[in-house]
Amino acid sequence: MNSKFFHSLYLVSVVAEKEFKDGVRNRWVVAITLMFSLLSIGLSYFGAAASGMVGFTSISTTVVSLASLAVFIIPLIALMLSFDAIVGEDESGTLLLLMTYPLSRLQLLLGKFLGHGAIMAVATVLGFGSAALVIAVFSPLTAVSDVVEHFSLFIVSAILLGWVFVALAYCVSAWVSEKSKAAGIVLVIWMLFVVVFDLALLALLVGYEGRLDERVVSTIILFNPADAFRLLNLMGFDGRQVASGVLSVAGGAKVGIMGLMSILFAWVVVPFLISYRLFLKRVV
Amino acid sequence: MNMIELQGVHKQFDGVHAVNGISLVVQEGEVLGLFGHNGAGKTTTMKLILGLLKPSSGTISVMGESPAENNKVIKRSLGYLPENVSFYPQLTGREVLYYFGKLKGVSKKQCDLLIERVGLGHACLRKVKTYSKGMKQRLGLAQALLGEPRLLLLDEPTGGLDPVATVDFYQVVDELKHKGCAVVLCSHVLPGVEKHISKAAILGKGCLVAYGALDELRDQARLPIRLNATFSQGRDQQFSVMESAIKSAQGDQPHFQVKKVNAQSIECAVSSENKLSVLKQLSAHDHLTDMEMHMPSLEQIYLHFNQSLFSSDERLKNTSTEGLRSH
Repeated sequence: MNSKFFHSLYLVSVVAEKEFKDGVRNRWVVAITLMFSLLSIGLSYFGAAASGMVGFTSISTTVVSLASLAVFIIPLIALMLSFDAIVGEDESGTLLLLMTYPLSRLQLLLGKFLGHGAIMAVATVLGFGSAALVIAVFSPLTAVSDVVEHFSLFIVSAILLGWVFVALAYCVSAWVSEKSKAAGIVLVIWMLFVVVFDLALLALLVGYEGRLDERVVSTIILFNPADAFRLLNLMGFDGRQVASGVLSVAGGAKVGIMGLMSILFAWVVVPFLISYRLFLKRVV
Repeated sequence: MNMIELQGVHKQFDGVHAVNGISLVVQEGEVLGLFGHNGAGKTTTMKLILGLLKPSSGTISVMGESPAENNKVIKRSLGYLPENVSFYPQLTGREVLYYFGKLKGVSKKQCDLLIERVGLGHACLRKVKTYSKGMKQRLGLAQALLGEPRLLLLDEPTGGLDPVATVDFYQVVDELKHKGCAVVLCSHVLPGVEKHISKAAILGKGCLVAYGALDELRDQARLPIRLNATFSQGRDQQFSVMESAIKSAQGDQPHFQVKKVNAQSIECAVSSENKLSVLKQLSAHDHLTDMEMHMPSLEQIYLHFNQSLFSSDERLKNTSTEGLRSH
């Protein structure tokens, strides 16, 4: 029983290792890391350019503006990285082959998730971590402890956000039969969560002319992992000052940092389980 | 031991009857050739044996167990070569084999040996995307041989292989056969397969049109054996003599005839039971200089069983659409 369990873990790790190596080999890891790093250093250095000066701005401005940019980019990268996880293997014929190996669908899917998840995590830690290091060393205004505190929260939530969209991409990948279709649907998902959701909510607020209960809105917001991520990074600071758009209403959300983290975590687990269900139903 | 046993297996996909009541048995050390037109149900049959599809009705047993996707006992001792597999283009041949080897619990050393065995040693450090069709096919074969399988399912294994590689491939199949491995071989390329298979199953429109050892199929098909006889003197004198001899041997059956080939030689078609008596008469002839005998080939047997399947107008329709496509 025990050795069976360890063998099962070993098979998962074999798949995960291959996916991760693929990510390193086709430069995904390097590209994402560089992008995150340049983005955050640039934002913190030029962030205040609008007010007529250049130089490292305060850590709160940096993290908040970083969060509002990352909320667009991280989901897009995660979706692009993993949308062909299953449908791609199916198209090249290797899925059919893998299904004849002593490897279960759960082991394959879990291995892929660990591999893609590791790519996202490593790139996020290296990219944003290196930026945090630069800021800590060169910015005269910020204390090192502040940088560590805010950036570690930011990095952890950014990793979770990436995983959410990896899992969502798997749902699409396990469901559709063509790669091109998966790519299209994944883009729609990105639009829905990152752009349309907030717009629709704003429209709702305007439509009801403020008669909508603030608590209702703040609950609805929790149904969007992208907003949960943004909210999480505003909380570290006095949210109401820096919040904009839909989030300014969400100050009433009394879920706290750990609450928001668990919401993001649930957004990883549930889509993953759904993608597993879809994968089980898939005829190879 | 029966490695594969299918009994009255049916498989329907929304409305399409892909496999229609197939029963067959493959034992240890047997090679079954699975033949049929496109869409005859070959790949579906393979997938049923692999446990990737469940039969709509009928029973399947593989190595005494019921095949299912989670049956790891079967999967550990089974090798499969799919028809179209492009592997992972960004990996080298060796990396691909190591990956599949790890999943099957096969050591790197064994993988290296297999790479040499299929003749990919010189190319194993190159990326798979640079491989030719034949090299991919060799890699696929190496992958199927991982873990010394007791049952091997090969879908179009010689597609893209050059003649030398094809010979190599059949050598591997023969070796496995002697070791007691059961092999199912699916192929469109009929010449060359004959010597290596123990039985053939010809599928058509999802049904088993013919099944058995080649000799049995030859008897069933009742195809004529062709005899070519060459004479030292003018053919015409011999011709009428031969014609009457053959007619007396096997009655006046229209398709067992004597034909003139050229000035010296004639060709006659005889049934297998009359083969000997006609041969005796021919060899008793003073002017006979040479004689050749052609048994009906697998191709002819295949065509014979497929002819009964399609009505003539349907075949015409098929050829005309193919003609359109090639233009």
